Order: sequence, then structure tokens, then C-alpha cells
Amino acid sequence: MAILEARNLNIAIPTGDGLVHAAQNVSFSVEAGELFGIAGESGSGKSVLAQAILGLLPTAEISGEIWFEGRDLLTLGPRDLQKLRGARIAMISQDPLSCLHPYYTIGSQISEAILTHKHIGKAAAKRETIEVLAKVGIAAPDERFSHYPHQFSGGMRQRVMIAMAVALNPALLIADEPTTALDVTVQAQIVELLDAMRRELGTAVMMITHDLGLLASVADHVMVMYAGNRMEIGRRSAVLAAPAHPYTAGLLASSPSNHAPGSPLTSIAGQPPSLLARPSGCAFAPRCAQVMPICSLERPPERAFADGSHSICWRESKAPAPMAPVVRQTSKQAASVATDDPIVTVRDLRFGYPSGGPFSKRAGVEILKGISLTLERGRTLGIVGESGCGKSTLARVIAGLVPASSGVIEIAGQDIAGLDAAQWHSLRKTVQLVFQDPFGSLNPRRRVGSIIGDPFRIHGVASGAERHKRVRDLMATVGLNPEHYNRFPSEFSGGQRQRIGIARALALNPSLIIYDEPVSALDVSIQAQVLNLIRALQKELGLSYLFISHDLAVVRHVSDEIAVMKEGRIVEMGDADQIYTTPQHPYTKSLLAASNPLPRLEGAS
Amino acid sequence: MISFLASRLAFAGLVLLVLSAFVFFLFFVAPGDPARLLTGEKATEAQVAQVRANLGLDRPIHEQYLSFLGRTVQGDLGFSYRNQQPVTKLISNRMPATISLGIGAVLMWLALGIPIGIMSARHPGSWRDRMGQGFILVGVSFPTFVLGMALLYLLYFMPRQAGFTLFPAGGYKPFLADPLIWAWHMFLPWVTLALTTAAIYARLTRGEMLAVMGEDYIRTARAKGLSEHKVVLKHGFRSILTPLTTQLGADIAAVLGGAIVTEQVFGLQGIGSLAVQAVGNQDRPIIIGVVLLAGFFIVVANIMVDLLYVLLDPRVRNAH
Amino acid sequence: MTAPATDSAPAVVQRGSFELTLRRLLRDKAGLLALSFILLLVAFALGAGVVEAWTGHSAFEQYRDTGLTPTGMPVGPGAEFLFGTDGLGRDVMVRLAYGARTSLTIGVLASLIASFIGVSIGLVAGYFGGWADIVLGRTMDLVMSIPVLLCALALVSVFGPSVILSVAVIVFFSWTTIGRVIRGQVISLRQRDFVQASRSLGAGPVSIMIIDILPNLSVPIIVYTTMMIPNGIVFEATLSFLGLGIVPPAPSWGGMLAEAASNSIYLVAWWLIMIPGAILLITTLSFNILGDALRDALDPSGRPTRKRRKVSKS
Repeated sequence: MAILEARNLNIAIPTGDGLVHAAQNVSFSVEAGELFGIAGESGSGKSVLAQAILGLLPTAEISGEIWFEGRDLLTLGPRDLQKLRGARIAMISQDPLSCLHPYYTIGSQISEAILTHKHIGKAAAKRETIEVLAKVGIAAPDERFSHYPHQFSGGMRQRVMIAMAVALNPALLIADEPTTALDVTVQAQIVELLDAMRRELGTAVMMITHDLGLLASVADHVMVMYAGNRMEIGRRSAVLAAPAHPYTAGLLASSPSNHAPGSPLTSIAGQPPSLLARPSGCAFAPRCAQVMPICSLERPPERAFADGSHSICWRESKAPAPMAPVVRQTSKQAASVATDDPIVTVRDLRFGYPSGGPFSKRAGVEILKGISLTLERGRTLGIVGESGCGKSTLARVIAGLVPASSGVIEIAGQDIAGLDAAQWHSLRKTVQLVFQDPFGSLNPRRRVGSIIGDPFRIHGVASGAERHKRVRDLMATVGLNPEHYNRFPSEFSGGQRQRIGIARALALNPSLIIYDEPVSALDVSIQAQVLNLIRALQKELGLSYLFISHDLAVVRHVSDEIAVMKEGRIVEMGDADQIYTTPQHPYTKSLLAASNPLPRLEGAS
Repeated sequence: MISFLASRLAFAGLVLLVLSAFVFFLFFVAPGDPARLLTGEKATEAQVAQVRANLGLDRPIHEQYLSFLGRTVQGDLGFSYRNQQPVTKLISNRMPATISLGIGAVLMWLALGIPIGIMSARHPGSWRDRMGQGFILVGVSFPTFVLGMALLYLLYFMPRQAGFTLFPAGGYKPFLADPLIWAWHMFLPWVTLALTTAAIYARLTRGEMLAVMGEDYIRTARAKGLSEHKVVLKHGFRSILTPLTTQLGADIAAVLGGAIVTEQVFGLQGIGSLAVQAVGNQDRPIIIGVVLLAGFFIVVANIMVDLLYVLLDPRVRNAH
Repeated sequence: MTAPATDSAPAVVQRGSFELTLRRLLRDKAGLLALSFILLLVAFALGAGVVEAWTGHSAFEQYRDTGLTPTGMPVGPGAEFLFGTDGLGRDVMVRLAYGARTSLTIGVLASLIASFIGVSIGLVAGYFGGWADIVLGRTMDLVMSIPVLLCALALVSVFGPSVILSVAVIVFFSWTTIGRVIRGQVISLRQRDFVQASRSLGAGPVSIMIIDILPNLSVPIIVYTTMMIPNGIVFEATLSFLGLGIVPPAPSWGGMLAEAASNSIYLVAWWLIMIPGAILLITTLSFNILGDALRDALDPSGRPTRKRRKVSKS
């Protein structure tokens, strides 16, 4: 029996730029007690759906029906909705720290939810709160009751949020990117907990995520959204293993875990569309590999398939398996050969904030505790680890942005500690950084041409027409239109911005590029494009890479060697395949076990 | 937490020290011989020298400053040049009017500014918000003395010409004699002193509330099924108490300075008008005394704010 | 995300940020009105001599025959004296024009100087952090907790009233506001990756502060400088009102109001407070409205439309 049923839901949100069509004609139903997954990239409208169900979009123009327990939520008054919220429909979302009120104890925040809907005394509410805290795995719940959110770790906070959500035994729990802000190993625990809760309490869970892999192990049904449209819906096994819609197929194919390491990824070309316009045809048509003339003219019809999945597409048959050369055995890419000519050598590197400074909050904390590594010229060393393990600090120390406390860093044979200002300045040409946040790393007030030209300006290499020409060449190299020379970064999408960052890094012909989480802020389909570019540039220009990421699949895809970091130390380092197939250290093993490999595409392997 | 309070206390001390040094050295480098000012035009050189020695004015500057500090700490602010009365006594005579003015104004601006700010922020873009923003704009733009004079003209003089008394022209009536008369006399001064600050509070409250209402934990509170009323007041307003407290500390500290103009317009015999008269008379001990008193106020207000901070923010409380 | 909108457009439309700002500003009726008033006021102040010539009245001369009633009272607004005369029989309009000169000069000058000092110190404190920040930040706290008007009183009692002292006092007590704002912004900008990127390219601190950080501060600098002008004008008027600013008989708005208040002459001559008071109020109001309008136009995302995406449905 369906407990939630949305029919022909249209959501339009007025903004300063115009109406954002966040959902267009979306229908789906959630069965009691099931785990219903909604997958989609950023801007697909998946989170807006959740807020519309809870009635938290007061300004939006919503049409259609949302049936829940025999009532259409869209026709309910604010008071009735308020009674449902928390009691029958609960919600948890991405960042558990910002979702908890910093000034109230977690116990009082959960009790408040109970007291709002149940007519019981404070003491009884406290008892129930402690019970539910214990249920979600908080140790010493009666003591933790009176603690504040900042006293919990990220994973524990998300448990608190889940406790608050299930405290009143709701029929539906909406989990909006519940694990995105968490580390891989914690992610797995939270998904496990959600799964356990719904089995124990019979609560249906609607899990919204950008990560198809997360749904692969637990979801019953999966709906794939793109640009506000429902592209495909069906049983998990059907949607993820034999996708009907070319978009789903493309999404699955762009994941590095569906490719042999080092091989080009099958990316989805182009950029996601703006939700301001409503295309007359299929929203995905401009990027679709199987596009037909009719696709961009008329709205596609809904197609039902024998395995119960439905897709909205002009094609009558299921999407063909993408042309990915999926060769899963370890065919070591011969592109990069060990040259025995190290570009970077790091020996016993330590970094800590000096203790004793009365004004430093982080005084005395050692971030890097003796790192040693070597990177050969022309090869890629991947560094993988969870947040707080020190991998980004390591990048900054090697790049010379912060001085090491002790240890030796040699770049191209030069110890960077002993450099004078001029040598230091010229070393900047050898080492370049590419940052995680493609928006934050570009100055919003400067034009792209001057951003990419900065290296020339700072080092006085080229000026005037010469600089102009070289910048345009660089833009062409990274796949940007040189005509866009005069645009501001905000006029580019995330993937394009990262290309700008890479172009800037290439400007001075460096030998070493340090990538600090270069694709983690990007959607999967865009991520594949950027990863392909990074690989291609390395082959073409013979670059050496230090590639830092929390995502084991991504690191493995680009790296020759992998170093696994934990709490400021490298716990395991070795050949990429070897780390992946025969991990030695228990931490590496748990990382591997926690990452959610996508199901293999049928017919692809 | 202890170190936080300690550093704030140290800062408070620094404020007092800087202020005392500022006024002391200001008057030391100032033209005009205090001994001459004190003795009057007709005094002989010998008399002036005698007074100078009595006051210790012939000693080196740092010694004078130290002894000045020492006397100040003991609560001795010296004597008025004009009528030889102790400065402390002159100030304490003027205290009731200024304190009445200050307390009433603080309550009035809080009672006016915060609700307007919340109302404005709850419905951004609505007609209520536009009214609130209009209040804010007019309020922050209204020069205090223009407002005071306009109020006097409109609410005292025009009714009186029409033959009745709506409000008195000013003047201070003791609270203990008759609280109603006291409030009646203080009402226009309160409005005058409070309006600008009320507008600043409305602006601050509106801005902070708008920011807070976009926070994720407000969505959580709504998702819990709380009534909008509770969401706004218990979850939203609770968060902006900290910035409001900070602002309040600064403003309470500044009340004494702000009272100057209001007292002048309404002819209130308060500390502000004492200072203005002292400037006219070149009566330096009084100016020094009033500035130090203001500094003392600032320090006390700062410490109160810091203590409130600790009470309000568990993150400060738990930081060791 | 609005970026893709331009991607799909085949023709590259180069929307300059200046043009966009101007367009948004012109759409703001209140802001436009405020700007018009300010321009009028500037013309009035600059043309004070023209006003003088046109009316044939000097700012200082006391017209005892035409400017005072037989009983020695000021004359109300009329054909001879458009805004009436004051207690000494001087033409209020001409004095207002010259007073506008004083007020605007002091307000604008003090704001520019204070803004320059505040931005410089905020930049240095925010960018370098550490001891520079502790010392400069604490200095700002200290200046902010000094009772402004009282210290101004003390200074005036020692040095005597003057224009330079007024400007100095206004500057000294107002650079901290913008300094704090800039410091806060710089601290967050400094940690942004684009600054790190410039550092990793080998750019020096001065280059980073001027080329990378300063352009990102244009909005607060413009807005706060604009909003400091009315504060400066009011502060000067207040000083003059207390008899501590511009020395009479030089015309100043605060001084005119003070003269009206003394002897309570304004109770019988309403124009002596209503006209200067109204002009002073409208001036400060206009600058504040302009500041708001500039903020909206320069940074459209920074206003209430942002948070809950709430826009009045049109």
C-alpha cells in the first residue's frame, strides 16, 4: 500500500531571476515501510520535492496532488500540516550541525518534538527521548541528553537527528542527502542505521541523494531526476542494473568504478540546463547520446517496461549499455613508466600549530605526524583519507603555502626549506595547485582572462598581446571557448570553473600539479569530464600529479600509486591496484568496504 | 572561559586607563594655566604660585598623573574651578535626571525596536516590512536635537497655544515625589533619546532574524511541527540574543554621551548638561570627572555583556 | 545557479557589472529620488553665491528694516525672504545654502578620510592576522568604546571650536565602523582559495591585497562610505548645536538650529526649526536611502530575497 503518492507535481519557485521550475510533472508513490531512493545531480529538483511534501515552501507555486494517509497535503491548511510534520512525516537533512539549534541541548530539542505532538509530561518526554537516543546508538544517552550539539561528532549528530525524526514513529521519514557531509566509513553506519530503523519501526524512508552507489545496497525503488523531471522510476535492481533512460545509463557509466583505472571515463557531454526555462522537448536532449530529432521538439512519453520500471523517453527500448571499455582486470596502464627520477621527495614531514600562542585555538595540535613519500616524474600519487586526516594540509605544505614544522621537502632535487626569496619565487613555476571549490578558487571580481593570465603577470613572463594569446591557447587546451575570455567566473558552470583553475595551473608549464579534491564539488557527469581532462593533460604534457581525494574510486582511477592517510600518518602506500585488491592495513580495508561500488552494468562486463 | 573573562576584564581596565590618560594629558597640554583659572584674573603671581604648589601642579607630569590616578581610584575627583564644590557631589546631584532619562530610553528603544524588527523580518517584502523599514530609515536619519525640538514644538507649544497642556516643556521632577508626574515630564525626552537607537535595534533585529530564519535548524524546528510562533520566538529570536546583547552593551555605555543633547534640548539638569556648562566655563575637573564616569559606565556595561554572553552561548560556556 | 543561462545563449552578451548596477539603481525609485535630492542639494551648496546674488541678501547682513517686524521679531517666509529671516533679521535661505556647503564638505571629507583609514587598517589587520590583528582590532574596540560626544566636548574645550577639529573628531570616531566590517570581510576572503591560488603562484602580500582582495570589498566600501556621510553631517550639526562646532556667525545648519533654540524663539517662528530641521532630516534620509539602494544594486543577492527566496509576487 502506498503511503505517499505524488501525482503530476509541478513546483515553481519565484526568484530574483524569474520562475525556477524545480519540478515538472513528477509522479511517484512510496510504499509503507520501503526505502525509496530519489537520485539526481545538483539542481535536479530533488530536495525541493522533500520541502514541498512538508509544506515548507510557502512562496512556491505548486500544482498537482500529494496524497498522504488519505489526504492531499496540498489542500491542507497550515495547522493540519503542522500537526503532520514531525509526527507523521519527519525529515533529516545534509548537515547535522547546522540542523540542530546550537543553543539548546539535544535532549531538549528531541523532547520538544515529542511534547509538541504528544500530551505527556516533561519527565515522560525525557524518558522517551533517552530511549530513542539509545535506539539510534548513542552511548550513555541519559548523560548525553543534556549535551549541546557542538559536543558531538558529525556522525553522532546525524544519529541525534535520526533520533529526533523517529521519536514519534512517523509513517514517512524524508532523508535529504543524509550522508553527504559525513566520512565514508560513517556514511555506511548511518545508512545502516536508517535501514535498521525502517525495518524495526516500519517507517518508510525517502532517501534523496546524488550518490547512486548509496542506493545500490538498500533502496527498494529508485527514482532518477534530471532538471526537475522524473526521468526514470522502478525497482532498484531494474533501474541500477539495466537502466532504461539514457541519462541513468550515462550517470552510471560516468562513475570511475565502472571503468578500468586510467581509461577514459564515459562522461555525459555538456552542462545541466537552467531551470528558468522550460524546454519544449526532453530536458536531457541536448546532452543525450541517443538523441533523436523529435527529442528536442516534443515532450517525451512515458514508457513502461517488463521489469516494472518506467522511463520518460522517446526511445522505445532500454538505453543501450554505454560504450565504456569496461575491462575490469588489472591491465596496468603503460602510459606512465617509473623513471626513478623523483619530482617530490618528502621525508618525515611534520606540521603542527605552534603551542603556547595564547590566541591560537588550534595550538599544539599536530596535523601531520611524520609523512614520507616519493613521487616519480610523470606519475600520479593518489592520497586518500577522510576529513581531518591532514591530506589537504599536506598539499598546502608541499605547495609551500604553509611552512612545515620539521622534515624535508625536496622538489626537483631542491630542498624548499633553504630557498631564498628569488629561488622561492621561481619554484612557484614548478609547482601548481588546483583547488577543490571551483568557485572559491576563482576571484569573482576578475575576468577569466586575467585570472588565467595571473601567472604571467606575477612572474612577468608575458604581457599585452602575447599574454592574451597564451591565455586563449590555454583556454582551448582545457576545452574552454577562448571567446569567453572576458567573462566573469560566475558566468561559468562548476565543471567549466574547474577547467579555468586547471588552465591557470598549466600556464607556467609546471612539472608538478597538486590537485586538492579537484572533483568532489562536481556532479558525477561533470566529474567524469574533468577527470578525463586531467588524465589527457598528463599524457600530453608529461606532468606529475599529486592527487588528493576522499573518494577511493576517483583516486584509484587516476593514480599509479596510492597512499592512505589517517590521523596525520600514511598507514599504507603502494601500487594502486595492489591497495585496491589486496589491502593490508585494517583502515584501508574498512575504507574499501565502506565505499559503495555501483552495480556492474548489465551487458557491459 | 576564565581566560575569556580575564581578557575582557583586562580590556575594561585598559579602556579606563586610556580614557583617564586622554583627559589628563589633554588638559595638561592645553593652553591656559589651571592655577590662574582657579584663582581668577585679579590674583597676584604669588597667589597663583601658591595655588599651583597646593595643587601639585609644579611637579613633573607623570607624578601628577599618578597622584591623579591614585585620587581617582579613591573616588576623589577634585573640586570645581568655578564654585570649589567637590566634583563627585556635583555629579551625584545630577545623577537622578540622567539615570531616569537613560533607563526609560533603554526600555523604550528595546520595546520599540525589537518587535518592529521581528515583524519586519517575519514577512520580508510585505507592507509590514516596508513600514518597518520606513521606521528604520527615518529613525536612523533623525538628528536627535531636531527630533527633540520638533516634539517640543508639536506636542508642547502647539497644544499650549490651543489652550491646553499635552506635555510639559521639560525639566526634571523627582521620581519619588510622584512617579506619574516624573514619567509625564520624562516622556518626550525618552522618545527623543530612544528613537534613533530604536531604529538601529529594529535594523539589527531584522537583519539578524532574516539571516537566522534561513538557517537549517529553523527548518528542523518547522519540520518538527512547531507552531510558527514558537519557531520565530523560541528558535529564531533565541539565536539573535547574542548580537543584541553585544549591541546593548555598547549602547548602554553610550547613553551618557547621548543624553547630552537631549538634556540640552529639554533643559534637564543632568550630567550631560553639566558637561556642556563645564566646557563653557573651562571647568576642567568636571569634564574629567564626567568622562571618567562615562568610562566607568562603559566598563561596567562591557563586563555585564560578557557575563551575559557566557550565559547565552553554551559554546563559550563549554570552552575551556 | 544562473550560469547556464548564458551558456545556452549563442551570442555572448557582455553585461558589464557597472551597467547592470546602474540599471538596477535606476529601477529603484526611492534611491533615484534620494539621489536627485542630493544632487539638488549639491547644486544649492555650490550655487550659494548665485542664491546670494539672486536674493540680493548676504548671509551675514542683518536686515533690520525688512527682515524684522516693527517689534523686532523675525519675518516669516514671503516674497522678500523665501524662507523667512532669523532672530537677527538675516535671510534664512542664503544662510541655509552656505550651511549646506559646510555640512556637505565636512560630511563628505570626513567620510572619505575615515573610509580610507578604516579600509587600510581593516585590510592590514584582516590580511596579516596575528599580532597586527590583535593590536589593530583592539584599538578599534577601544576607540569604539570611547564616549564620542563627551571626548569631543573635552577636545573643544581645550582647542576651541573649528572646522578642522570637527572633521578630525568625526574621522577619529567613525573609521572603526568600516574598519571592522572590512577586517571581517578580509579575514574570510583571505581564507578563500583564490587568495591561496595567488599565493601559490608567488604573488606578494601587497599584490594580493590590492589586486585580489580590494575589488571584492567594493560593495561594503561604497555602501559604508555613503552611509557615513549623514552621520558626519549630523555629528557636525550636533556639535554646532551645542555651540562647539562652526563658530558663529559663519552659517551652519546646527548653528542655525541652536540659535533658534536659544531664547525659544522658534516657538514663535516655526520656520527657524522646521526649514533647517527638515532639510537636515531629508539630507540624512537621502544619504541613507541612497546607501540602501546602492547596496541593493551592487549586491542584489545580499538582500532579503535571498534567504527564503521570498519575492513579492508580481
